[in-house]
Amino acid sequence: MGRYFRRKLLIYGLTFVIAVSINFAVPRLMPGDPVARMLTRNSVANVESSEAMRGYFNELFGLDVPLWQQYFNYWGALFRGDLGVSVFAFPSPVATVVADALPYTLALLLPSILLSWFVGNALGAMAARNKLLDNGALPIGYVLTAVPYMWLAILLAWVGGIILGWFPVAGGYSFALTPAFTWTFIVDLVHHWFLPFLSLFVVALGGWAIGMRNLVIYELESDYSNYLQALGAPNRLVRRYAFRNAVLPQITGLALQLGVVVGGALVTEVVFAYPGLGSLLLNAISSQDFFLLQGILLFIVIGVLVFNFLADVVYVLVDPRTRLGLEGGQS
Amino acid sequence: MTLEVADLQVHYRTLKGDVRALDGVSFSLADGEIVGLAGESGCGKTTLGKSLIRLDGRMRHVGGTAVLDGDELPIGDDKAMNARRWKEVSIIPQYSMSALNPTRKIGKMIAELLRARGKSYREFKDELVRRLELVGLTEKVLDNYPIELSGGMKQRVVMVLSTLLDPSLLIADEVTSALDVTNQRAVAETLVRFRDMGFVKSMIVVTHDLSLVYQIADTIMVMYAGRIVEKAPAETIIKSPKHPYTRALIGALPEVGLEYGDERLQSIPGKPPHLLNPPTGCRFRARCPLASEECEAEPPTVTVEAGHEVSCWKAN
Ligand SMILES: Nc1ncnc2c1ncn2[C@@H]1O[C@H](COP(=O)(O)OP(=O)(O)O)[C@@H](O)[C@H]1O
Ligand code: SF4
Ligand SMILES: [Mg+2]
Repeated sequence: MGRYFRRKLLIYGLTFVIAVSINFAVPRLMPGDPVARMLTRNSVANVESSEAMRGYFNELFGLDVPLWQQYFNYWGALFRGDLGVSVFAFPSPVATVVADALPYTLALLLPSILLSWFVGNALGAMAARNKLLDNGALPIGYVLTAVPYMWLAILLAWVGGIILGWFPVAGGYSFALTPAFTWTFIVDLVHHWFLPFLSLFVVALGGWAIGMRNLVIYELESDYSNYLQALGAPNRLVRRYAFRNAVLPQITGLALQLGVVVGGALVTEVVFAYPGLGSLLLNAISSQDFFLLQGILLFIVIGVLVFNFLADVVYVLVDPRTRLGLEGGQS
Repeated sequence: MTLEVADLQVHYRTLKGDVRALDGVSFSLADGEIVGLAGESGCGKTTLGKSLIRLDGRMRHVGGTAVLDGDELPIGDDKAMNARRWKEVSIIPQYSMSALNPTRKIGKMIAELLRARGKSYREFKDELVRRLELVGLTEKVLDNYPIELSGGMKQRVVMVLSTLLDPSLLIADEVTSALDVTNQRAVAETLVRFRDMGFVKSMIVVTHDLSLVYQIADTIMVMYAGRIVEKAPAETIIKSPKHPYTRALIGALPEVGLEYGDERLQSIPGKPPHLLNPPTGCRFRARCPLASEECEAEPPTVTVEAGHEVSCWKAN
C-alpha cells in the first residue's frame, strides 16, 4: 500500500509542477499588456511620466527580467506565499484578493455539496426500498439532473428574487451595509447566500439520489444479499449491508466532487452576481490581470489535486477489497 | 419422513405470462437420504431448490404443498418462512463464491447473522471453529475478508455456515460446477460426511452432472420441463433407467457408471419445450424416439418396482 501512495504522491507532485508551469506561461502568452492597461486606467497622458510609470510597474511585477528568470522568481515567490500584486485591485497583493473571495465560494460550495450528498443518499436509499417514493420522487431527480444548471439557476433567481421577491438577486451582502460581525449583517449575508446555495444543492441532489438508489438496488440483488435472506436474515441486516456497500463508491464520489470546490461555482457566481473566486476569475480575465489569474488558478489546481489525492486515499482505505488488493492478498 | 412434496407448482411471472417452472412436482425424502436432482439446464432444478427455502421476487407459489418434519412449509409467505430458514431448511447456493459480504470479515458477518437470528455467536463459536477445521480451514479465516480466500475456501466456509444450525434439509445447488475435478470430489465427500455426522438430516443435491451425483446420492430424481420424470435408487437410474429421457441422459454420459469425469453431458438432440406454454401430454414427446399417439395424453406415473417410479407410457 505504501508503494501505491508513494507513486500517487509522485504523480500528483509532477502534475503540480506542470500545472504551475502552465499557470506561469498561459497569462504571459495571452494577448494584451497589463502594464499598458494600468497606464490607461490611470490615464497617464504625459509620455515621459508614462515611461517612468511603465518602468516602475515592470519592476514591481517582475517583468523586467528574462522569461526564464521570471519563471524561477515565480517559484521562489510561490514558496514564500507571495503571489504578486493584483493589477485589477491594485495595489492589493493577489494573496489578499484571493483570500477575500475564497470564503464566499467555500460557503456556497461546501454546504451545498455536503448537504446534497447526505440528503441525496438518504433519499436514494429510501427510494430503493419504497415503491411510492421511487415512483414519485425519482422522476423529479431525473428532471433535476437533466436540466442545464444555468437554466435552473436563472429560473431560481427569477422566481425567488423577482417574482416572489423573497431574496436579493445580486451581491454577497447589501451595499448599504459594511461587513461587520453583527446580527444584521449575518442575516443579510445568509439572505444573499440562500438562492445560489439552493441552486447548487438542488442540482446536485438528484444525481446523488439516483446514484444511491441504483447502487442500493444493485447491492440488494447481489448474491450475498440473496444468501443472507435464504438464511433467514431479517431485512434490517440485509439492508444495512447493502447500504454500507452502496455508500462506498459515493464516498469516493464526494471526495472527487469536493475537488471542484475551489473553482466550481463560476456559473453560480455569475448568475447570482455573487462575490467569490468565480467572479474574481472573470474579472481577472476581463482586466487581463494575469497575476490575479495565476493566483486563482493556482488555488484551483491545488484544490483539485488535494481532493483527488484524498479521493484516492479514501477509495483505498474505505473498501477492504481495494485495500487488501493493494496489500497483495490472495485472489 | 423428512420431506413430503405434493403437486408443487411454482411459476415465474414475466411480461409474456407465467413461466411454469415447476408444474406439479411430487416426491418424498426420508431421514438421512441424499437425493440427487438431475436434468438439463432450464428444467427447473434451481426453482425447486429455491421453492423450498425462498422464492425470489418473480416467483409465485401457485399450488401444492411441502411438509418438512410434519410441519407444512409456508412457501408463499416470506415472513413465516424466515423462522424455518437455516434452522430447518438451508441452502448452499449455486453462487457460493460470491455469497459472502465482500466488505465484512467472515467471522464478523457470521456473528451478525447469528445475532440477527437471536442466537449468540459465543455459543456457536467453538462448534463453528471445529467444523471449519473439519473441512480443512483454520480459525484464522474468521479474521479474513472473503477476497482473501480462494474459491474453494469460500465454498467450504459457505458449506459450514449453511449447516451450522443443523438443518433437517439441505439444498446444495450445483455446488461443484465451478470447481476443478479434485475439488469437486472433496466437496462431494464433505457433503456425505456432513450427513454422516448429523449436521444435516437429508439433502437434495442439484446437479446437471449425473456421474458426480451418482457417487454420493442414495436416490436420483430426473427432472424434465418442470416435472419429475423418473425417481429411483442411484444404482438403478444409472444401470437400468426406464424413462427414455433418462436413458438419453445416461447415453450422453461419457462412460456409464464411471467414477467421475469433468466431461459435461453431451446434449441430447432437440431442445426442451418452453415453459411459458408447455405442450400437453408427455413433454418429452418431441424428442422421444419411442413417442406414439398415446403420448399425446398425460403419461401415468408407474411404480415399476419398490422405490422406482417412472412417468412414461412405455415404462413397462
Ligand atoms: N427469473 C426468471 N424469470 C422467468 N423465467 C425464469 C426465471 N428463472 C428461471 N426461469 C425459467 O424457469 C425454468 C427453470 O429454470 P431453473 O430452475 O433455473 O432451471 P435449472 O436450475 O434446472 O437450470 C427455465 O425454463 C427458465 O427459463
Ligand atoms: S410418454 Fe411417450 S413420449 Fe413420453 S417419454 Fe414415454 S414414450 Fe416418450
Ligand atoms: Mg440451476
